[in-house]
Amino acid sequence: MTTVLTLPVLLPMLGAAVTVVGSRSAALQRVVGIVVLTAVAVLAAVLLVAADERGPVVAELGGWAAPVGIALVADRLSALLLLVSTLVTLAVLVYAIDQRIADYGRGTASTTFHPMYLMLCAGVSLAYLTGDLFTLFVAFELMLTASYVLITRRTGASRIPAGMTYVTVSLLSSLLFLTAIALVYAATGTVNLADLAERIGTLPGGVQSVLGLMLLVVFGIKAAIVPLHFWLPDSYPNAPGPVAALFAGLLTKVSFYALLRTETLLFSRDKPWTLLLVLAVATMLVGALGALVQNDLNRLLSFLLVSHIGFMLFGLAVFDAAALSGAALYAAHHITVLATLFLVSGLITRRTGTVSLDEMGGLARSSPGLAVLFAIPAMTLAGIPPTAGFVAKLALLQAGAAAGLGPQVVAGVVILASLLTLYALVRVWVRVFWGKPRPPRPDEDPTDEVLVGTARTSMPMYAATAGLVAVSLAIAVFAGPLTVLTGRAGVDLIDRTPYVDAVLGAQEGR
Amino acid sequence: MTDGPGMTSRLNDGRDPVPFEEWDRPRGEWLLSGECRRPGDRSLLLEMTTRAVFPTVLVFSLYLLLVGHYGPGGGFSAGLVAGLAFVLRYIAGGNADFGAVVSPRAPVVIGSGLAVALVTGLVPAAFGAPVLSTTKLAADVPLFGPVELQTSLFLDVGVYLLIVGVVLDLLRALGDGIERDMDDAGEAL
Repeated sequence: MTTVLTLPVLLPMLGAAVTVVGSRSAALQRVVGIVVLTAVAVLAAVLLVAADERGPVVAELGGWAAPVGIALVADRLSALLLLVSTLVTLAVLVYAIDQRIADYGRGTASTTFHPMYLMLCAGVSLAYLTGDLFTLFVAFELMLTASYVLITRRTGASRIPAGMTYVTVSLLSSLLFLTAIALVYAATGTVNLADLAERIGTLPGGVQSVLGLMLLVVFGIKAAIVPLHFWLPDSYPNAPGPVAALFAGLLTKVSFYALLRTETLLFSRDKPWTLLLVLAVATMLVGALGALVQNDLNRLLSFLLVSHIGFMLFGLAVFDAAALSGAALYAAHHITVLATLFLVSGLITRRTGTVSLDEMGGLARSSPGLAVLFAIPAMTLAGIPPTAGFVAKLALLQAGAAAGLGPQVVAGVVILASLLTLYALVRVWVRVFWGKPRPPRPDEDPTDEVLVGTARTSMPMYAATAGLVAVSLAIAVFAGPLTVLTGRAGVDLIDRTPYVDAVLGAQEGR
Repeated sequence: MTDGPGMTSRLNDGRDPVPFEEWDRPRGEWLLSGECRRPGDRSLLLEMTTRAVFPTVLVFSLYLLLVGHYGPGGGFSAGLVAGLAFVLRYIAGGNADFGAVVSPRAPVVIGSGLAVALVTGLVPAAFGAPVLSTTKLAADVPLFGPVELQTSLFLDVGVYLLIVGVVLDLLRALGDGIERDMDDAGEAL
């Protein structure tokens, strides 16, 4: 089992190596990417079952015991998110591959796309699985460096500034992250998360607050928490369709996972965290209100993405087992639904040749299948029963309602933000799918992959999107067992001992 | 500047506008040594020194790679030293010489380095040991006597290849590539 734990990180890296060496064979690259990610998805499912039945799975790299060596840990939360994320990366890869085939033909290989995509997947896996603060930094760098390439490659010159914003902000947050790690190490003498969980509690309160806040700022930038969200709606809409879907589905959620992991494991609280409640309200409202005034479909979705980060923050801010369970469920739902919506937006853009809502119309008549693919994730995001979004929001609201006055007020904001989300999406529906069909816009800049004119779409692109819709529906169908699972994950997060014992106790068991 | 007729035609090979899809793929035949784009830019002294120093530096980098487990060195620093040898040739001979030295494509070097390192990490798992663990292999080689080998050397070899590949890729993309673009645009270097 310990070998299985390292494979979700090593297999994508190996896949990246093979796709670089075989960068002249497009077929090889396609096969390697899909096989690797399928294998990782299976391994993630195995890990989830093992972690749920027997407690956290721990692997000590190189055989060095935990506080000294680097430990990989899969508990219920990380295995669940790894599974959902891998399903999303697999679907997005299928979509991207078919988009490449539609655009450039079967024979066109690339030295950058496939390796960078798989490297990003390796970084995501490592971020979920690592039990070490510095390795978490490495995972983020792996993920972000690959994302720098993906966001700037094959976009027109006009979109480079947007990529620059993204790179600059990410580098700044990485610098802060490194500073925070240095301070943590200076204060405690360790970067192992389980070891830190035991040592940080012994520090003076002021030092604890500084470290907690620094990590909040670091992950706040990466997870796009208002007021640190400004870079996201500027950069994501400028990435090509599948890349935007990948980023929207994964990057902010991995950062949220890191925030959740560090704040729960390292800093124990016995009452709701007021600062984070305020940030959650701001994030939900700024995102939702921002989405209402957008005319660019991808920008609108980006603001909704920001808004729904606030929902997860609410779960973390309430800081009890039920709320953390809701946050975990919400993260799983959010990863799938945002990726789906960005893929659908890519399909819409390929139909209409534009991202401007003003220039679209009548798609319900001309492509009813697309309308269905948009309607289901849209309802899921807005949280209309019986979708996954409803299940996740219900879990959050129930936890919030039971946690005192502050969380109850914020629960009201959650409902308000859900209604605003619904309004924003209905607006998209009316303007894109109803009305008179309009002729598609011609492609003005052939080097730009975001606006591709009326390039061809292929069945697998629809199939990949439909697959993600199915994952999202499956979350709703299996809501019962999933809620039980995240419930246990929430208890683990508050309890902390299963994680700490699994990591630090591993050397005694040998 | 005087270019021989043969040289001009050769330099113009594959100099059509780069198709966007293939910007990162080497085009055409690699240039041969001595065919400098601007012969006036050549420095004979530096070229001669480089000829002597280049193999020495490469051997030194291999030495660093091998002693890395017990002494200062290792795959990363050895790779950088080897990379510097290529940088020296690039500075002495310009892009023409660089093309002559390097025939493997940089991505292949990077990818095989990464693959070697990862496989080294995974092999212990096949013997029931934790991933990335190392062991000492000892053998009695005729003539040499007993030889000990840390398996982490293979990881270092992978890192070495990876770093050399990255330096080569940087020289190609940021050195040679930019020089060629500026040359095409008629700008002074």
